[in-house]
Amino acid sequence: MRNPLSRKITGIEPSGIRKFFDIVSEMPDAISLGVGEPDFDTPWRIREEGIYSLERGRTFYTSNAGLKELKIEIGKYLNRKIQVNYDPDHEILVTVGGSEGIDVALRAMLDPGDEVLIPQPSYVSYLPCTILADGVPVVIPLQQKNEFKLTAEELESYITPKTKILVLPYPNNPTGAIMTREDLEPIAEVIRKHDLYVLSDEIYSELTYKYDHVSIASLPGMKERTLVINGFSKGFAMTGWRLGYICGPAVITEQMVKIHQFAIMCAPTNSQYAAVEGLRHCEDEVQQMRTAYNQRRRFLMHEFARMRLDCFEPFGAFYIFPNIQEFGMTSEEFAMRFLEEEKVAVVPGSAFGECGEGYIRVSYAYSLEDLKEAIGRLGSFIGRLRNER
Amino acid sequence: METGKTAEIRKQILLYLEKNSRVEIGELAVLLGTDEVTIANEMAAMEKEQIICGYHTLINWDKAGSEYVNALIEVKVTPQRDKGFDETAERISNYPEVEAVYLISGGYDLMVLIEGRTIQEISRFVSSKLAPIEDVVSTVTYFIMKKYKDHGTLMIEKKKSERMLVTP
Repeated sequence: MRNPLSRKITGIEPSGIRKFFDIVSEMPDAISLGVGEPDFDTPWRIREEGIYSLERGRTFYTSNAGLKELKIEIGKYLNRKIQVNYDPDHEILVTVGGSEGIDVALRAMLDPGDEVLIPQPSYVSYLPCTILADGVPVVIPLQQKNEFKLTAEELESYITPKTKILVLPYPNNPTGAIMTREDLEPIAEVIRKHDLYVLSDEIYSELTYKYDHVSIASLPGMKERTLVINGFSKGFAMTGWRLGYICGPAVITEQMVKIHQFAIMCAPTNSQYAAVEGLRHCEDEVQQMRTAYNQRRRFLMHEFARMRLDCFEPFGAFYIFPNIQEFGMTSEEFAMRFLEEEKVAVVPGSAFGECGEGYIRVSYAYSLEDLKEAIGRLGSFIGRLRNER
Repeated sequence: METGKTAEIRKQILLYLEKNSRVEIGELAVLLGTDEVTIANEMAAMEKEQIICGYHTLINWDKAGSEYVNALIEVKVTPQRDKGFDETAERISNYPEVEAVYLISGGYDLMVLIEGRTIQEISRFVSSKLAPIEDVVSTVTYFIMKKYKDHGTLMIEKKKSERMLVTP
């Protein structure tokens, strides 16, 4: 029989998280700090709107790019939040989660051999999606001493004549790093100088602490060379609704709509109606969740300091990325032993790129009670490791 | 004059205590990103100013197995010259079985929340204490049969989380 598979797909490694997930799911009594989604239920008024739209029989397709009402609300929302104006008719595409945005953007923009700069540690799908779009992923390893921010020097040193796109994943999963306006300005300068495009994944934009989120699209001359990915999963606690959007220049959006049209048709209608309600009326609920995450973040930073666990202070998303190099084992070994001995799951940093080696990702999308229990176990585990050495 | 920063930290303290008044001061300081002295001082000041009026516990008495009955009573009152409803409202408020008294807009004047051991006990209170008050014109009593939500807290059984244990 002929090989049914393409060389392209068999060349792609499955996500490192998947492997870990399989082990954890065999341990029914394990507790977890390994989740990448909010612990909050979707705010009730959004759920209620979803139920209502089903009752009303809104079970049809919407137009390919998304419900007009929703695109208008997204436009207003982005204007409020990042001070960038997007034309709902030509510059906004409603997608199946932020993930689809990554895929359609890369497929719309890459020719074979075009290089995509991917700062790591970062979300697991930029690299495979680049390969699937026939691009060449080029990893930029980020450093703890820079608080896992991308610097202009690092960026410049990876640019070649083939470079076309920079993926800018901030606020960052897994490090929790953010980029302030001062951090973004020199990046924007390099981008303009080398005539590159930016794929700015801002899915965690609602979740920043101490500093407000700034989009690189809002800097001078950047809207026309930036695609902004965002969505409802994290800030509005709507992961399962699978709803996101991507905004950018009409010339690119038009082509992305084409891919979306042929591959997906449209994002879930029910979710789109519910999201309209979220954008119109859920600012308070989002704020309450942000406040709760911030309290947990402070709690964890305080506990890590007490344990003398090396860790920079993150100001975004709901992750902390402590350094575990002092224990002289790989992050996978650390995570595995922690799971076996204390029954707590964390995700090894190496799942987010080679340079995540030596770190673990701790999620604080858990109640304070759950965090206290898990952190107590982390304390005993670390104590034991230090005694062994 | 209270500075904006003090107002903000006070608000954060109140929002937290409203949901969990048992939190230790040290922990609250960590959660709000401030120090214990600030928390202790502001709490003491707010107690004195009667912004914080108490640290109560929300109990689902249904589950505690105790006999008790709650009722809402609509009360129509003839207002008095210069004093309006205040004097009557205070007289009613002084009874220990009265949980809350509100002045209400609409078809009646006062809403009284009351707690008693039995329906008879509450009926007795209404007929022998509340209704005979001079300026009380009429009362309508509603017994509460089940509490679904109280003080912003759902009384319904919490469901177990069904999230997957590890996701990217």
